[in-house]
Amino acid sequence: MSTDNLVEISNLSFAYGKRPILQGINLVAPRGKVIAIMGGSGCGKTTLLQLIGGQLRPSKGEVRVSGQLVHDLDQQALYQLRRKMGMLFQFGALFTDMSVFDNVAFQMREHTDLSETLIRDLVLMKLHAVGLRGASKLMPSELSGGMARRVALARAVALDPMLIMYDEPFAGLDPISLGVVGNLIRRLTDTLGLTSILVTHDVHESLKIVDYVYFVSEGAIEAEGTPDQIRASGLPFVHQFVHGEEDGPVPFHYPASSYTQDLGLGARK
Amino acid sequence: MGRTTLDLWVGVFVAAGLAALLVLAFKVGNMRSVNLSDAYTVTADFDNIGGLKPRAAVKSAGVVVGRVSEIAFDDKTYEARVTLSLDKRYTFPKDTIAAILTSGLLGEQYIGLDAGGSDKKLANGDKIQITQSAVVLENLISNFLYSKAAGGSDKSPAPAAGAPATQGTQQ
Amino acid sequence: MMRIGVNFFSAIGRRVIEGVWRLGYVTRFLMLTLLRSCTSLTRPGLVIREIYSSGVLSLIIIAVSGLFVGMVLGFQGYETLKTYGSEQSLGVLVALSLVRELGPVVAALLFASRAGSAITAEIGLMKTTEQLKALEMMAIDPIARIVAPRFWGGVISMPLLAAIFSVMGVFGGYLVGVVLIGVDDGAFWSQMQAAVDVRHDVVNGFIKSCVFGFAVTTIALFEGYDAPPTAEGVSRATTRTVVTSSLTILALDFVLTAFMFKGV
Repeated sequence: MSTDNLVEISNLSFAYGKRPILQGINLVAPRGKVIAIMGGSGCGKTTLLQLIGGQLRPSKGEVRVSGQLVHDLDQQALYQLRRKMGMLFQFGALFTDMSVFDNVAFQMREHTDLSETLIRDLVLMKLHAVGLRGASKLMPSELSGGMARRVALARAVALDPMLIMYDEPFAGLDPISLGVVGNLIRRLTDTLGLTSILVTHDVHESLKIVDYVYFVSEGAIEAEGTPDQIRASGLPFVHQFVHGEEDGPVPFHYPASSYTQDLGLGARK
Repeated sequence: MGRTTLDLWVGVFVAAGLAALLVLAFKVGNMRSVNLSDAYTVTADFDNIGGLKPRAAVKSAGVVVGRVSEIAFDDKTYEARVTLSLDKRYTFPKDTIAAILTSGLLGEQYIGLDAGGSDKKLANGDKIQITQSAVVLENLISNFLYSKAAGGSDKSPAPAAGAPATQGTQQ
Repeated sequence: MMRIGVNFFSAIGRRVIEGVWRLGYVTRFLMLTLLRSCTSLTRPGLVIREIYSSGVLSLIIIAVSGLFVGMVLGFQGYETLKTYGSEQSLGVLVALSLVRELGPVVAALLFASRAGSAITAEIGLMKTTEQLKALEMMAIDPIARIVAPRFWGGVISMPLLAAIFSVMGVFGGYLVGVVLIGVDDGAFWSQMQAAVDVRHDVVNGFIKSCVFGFAVTTIALFEGYDAPPTAEGVSRATTRTVVTSSLTILALDFVLTAFMFKGV
C-alpha cells in the first residue's frame, strides 16, 4: 500500500466477547482527505474509531496509523501517537469544570511547556477559527449544542494533529449549526492539512463535504465510493439509506418470531 | 487564575487540622507525661497484683513517674512479675518499696514507690526487692469478719459461716 | 422445591463470584492509582484542588457535627456519671469517646456521604459524558490526571477532618459540662489529660482516621470509575459509595479496635 494513506485498515475483525461487531473491514484514509463511515445506528461505526485510536484491540486483522501498527504499541508509544490525533466526541465531551478557554488550552498546558501568553494567543486563534473567540469565558453548560461541538472541534485541533476523528458530529444539531459544523470540518481539513474520518448517519450533510464514503452494515463494508458514485448507486442498501426509506434491506422490524404467533392467533386455529 | 483564594482556603484547612492534632496531643492528652523512649525499666515481684493493668501509672509521692509496661506470671515462684518503665529524669534508691495502691475506694490501681535510704540507685534491669501486694477487698472483709467472729464469741454465727464463701470467690 | 433450592444456591454462588471479582478489580484499580501518582507529586496544584473540594468543603459539616456530638456527650455523660458521684470524670468520658471512636468513625461517615458521594458522582458523570475517553484520546492518563489527585486529596483531608471533629467535640463537651452545668474546670481538664494517652489514644485514633480516609476515597473513586455510563448508573453508584463505605468504616473500626485496644 502506498504511504499516502494515513490510516490503513486491512481485514479487521472485532468482537465483544462472542458477539461479533466488525468483520473483515478494509478501509484507507488518504492524507488530506475527508472520508466518511456511514451506517445505521449500532452497526459498529464508533467501535471502528476506537480501534483506530487504540482504545480497543482487534481480534483479527490490523490497523495502521501513519505506518505504525496501533495495537502493537506499548502505552507510551500509543500516547505518543495519540498526541497526533484529535477526536471529536458525540456530544463534545468538554470538561465541564473548566471554561471554554481552559478546555482548548488543556492539552497545550498538559503536553507542552509553552508560556501562558503564547497559549493564550494560540487558544484565541483556535477559537477564532471556529467563530467562538467571544465565548472564551463561558462555561460548557452555558453553550448550545452546536457551540459545544465547535468548541470541541477547536480543542481537537489544539495541538495541530494529523488526524481527526469525528464521532457523529451532526447528531442533534439544528440545520444552521449542522451546516456550520460541516463547513468547519471541510475548511479545517483543507487549511491545516489534516486527514478527517467522519462517522455519521447524516447522509445529506456529509455527502456535501466528504471525498470518499464507506457504508457499513452489520459489521461489514457494504459499499464505497465518492459522493457522486454513492448518489448514483443502484445498490438497494445504499438507496434505502440515502433516501431514508423505511423498509428495504435494513428491515423495519427487529428480528422476532412470527407476529401472529406472538399475538396467540396461530394457537387458536 | 483564581488559584490564590483556593490555596488560602486549603492553607486554612490544613493549619486547622494540624492545630487540632496538636490540641489533641497537648491539651486533651498529656504529651508531657512519660516519654517511653526516655525511660529505664525495673522489675518487681508481687504475691498478688489485684486489678493492676498494663499502662497503669507508677507514682511516687503522688507524682506520675512512669507506667507499668508488662505484667507476667512466673511459674517458678508463683508470683506476678511486673515490669515498670520509669522516667529517666527520676532516680530511686536500691531499697525503694513498690506497693500496689488504689486511688479512692473503687478507683484504678497504681504502683506507689516509696524511696528508701540507700546510696545506690536503681538502674535499668534492676529488681525492686521489697514489695507490697494489692489489698484485696474481699480478704479485708473476711479478715474483719473472722476477727469479729473470734472476738465476739457466739454473737454472730451467720457472718462467720458466710466468710469462707467470700474467700472462695476471690481470684 | 428442589429447583428453588438449586436456584437459591446458584444465586448465592454467583454473588460470591461477582464479589470476589470486584474485589480483585478494586485492588488492581488501587495499585494502578498508587503507581501512577507521580503526576500528583510533581503537580501539587492538582492535589490542593482536591483537598479543597473534599476537605475544605466538608469542614463546616464536620465542625458543626463535632460540636453537637460533644455537647450531647456532655449532657448524657453528666447524667450517667452523676449517679456515681464522679462528674469530675466527664472530661475523660468525652475525650476518650471522641478521640478513640466517635471522632474517626463519625467524621469518616460524614466524609463518605459528603465528599465520597461527590467524588463518585463527579467521576461517574465524567465517564458518562465521555470526558475520560476524551482524556485518553488526548494521550492523558485519566488515572494519573483525575483519579490519583482525588485519592491523595481524600487521604490527606480525612485525618485532619477527624482531628477537627474531635477537638470541636471536646470543646462542645466543655461548653455543656463546665460552662452550662458547672463541672469544675480544673478537674475536667486535668482528669482528661491524666487519662488520655497520646500514643495509645490520640495516635491510634489518628491511624484509624487515616485508614478510613484511604478506604472511603478508594471506594468512592472506584464506584465512580466503574459506574455504568447512564444517569441511573451514576445515581446507583453514588448510593453504593455511601452504603459500602459506611459498612466498611464500621467493620474496619471493629477490626482496628480489636487490634489496638485488646490488652486494656
